[in-house]
Amino acid sequence: MPAGATRGPKMEQIAFTCLSVLALASAFGMVLSKNAVNGAMCLLLCLAAVAGLFVQLHAYLLAFVLVLVYAGAVVALFLFIIMLLDMQGGQTWRLRGLDLFAAAVVAALLITGLNLLAIRGRLESAPATGHSVGSSLKLYSYQLFTTYLLPVQVMGFLLLIAMLGVIVLSRRNERQEDSK
Amino acid sequence: MTPSLEAYVMLSAALFAVGFLGVLVRKNTLVIYMCLELMLVAATLALVAFSHFNGTLDGDVFVFFILTVAAAEVAVGLAIIVALFRARKTVRVDQLDSLKH
Repeated sequence: MPAGATRGPKMEQIAFTCLSVLALASAFGMVLSKNAVNGAMCLLLCLAAVAGLFVQLHAYLLAFVLVLVYAGAVVALFLFIIMLLDMQGGQTWRLRGLDLFAAAVVAALLITGLNLLAIRGRLESAPATGHSVGSSLKLYSYQLFTTYLLPVQVMGFLLLIAMLGVIVLSRRNERQEDSK
Repeated sequence: MTPSLEAYVMLSAALFAVGFLGVLVRKNTLVIYMCLELMLVAATLALVAFSHFNGTLDGDVFVFFILTVAAAEVAVGLAIIVALFRARKTVRVDQLDSLKH
């Protein structure tokens, strides 16, 4: 565990606390902000904090991919669409009827689960086996090209189909507008 | 002490709950979509934590696939939202109620 050995367990705890507080605060900021652009910026901050947590969990590749794909591409796409649609704020804040029921059910489920966790005591967690960055990458690629070869191929087809779907979705509307 | 598995799972549950709250209380389709993405990221955080504390890579590979699918899903979803906006001139869910009446 190279990172843990150099930083020490206490530093790791402090970093975890800071990152989780940042993630939760920016998540609340996203939910509560009136402006959708501010919401997207809060989402960016939250994703950065989660990427930091991934680094703490020694998932360096996933942290890199999260920043690259989510923070780089997805949030930028969201910002483009928000500016394209040019929406204004002003939303209602009442929970009523079915919304309230769904909120109550989910809150009850989450609280029950966390209580069970607290009652049962510690989750059985073996001490993590540390991989260095290089060996981890080698293991990733080994898994991707042996055990998970079929999912990788299916994923390629899925990306192709999604791309075609987006092109069809945006072209059909242009033609409809032209014919009007 | 290093952060335990419970801490990661509880943080993941809290992030998921905040995302779900956003889905319920917001009326803007794009913000709802961002909250859905937050719920997905919370689930991936739990997967990575379990994978790390188990000492295996399977959860990490699974998260790798989830991130790939999420990127495609965001592109398609935003295309649908733009098409919806072109057709109905609004993205507020309380005004998109054709099926209700």
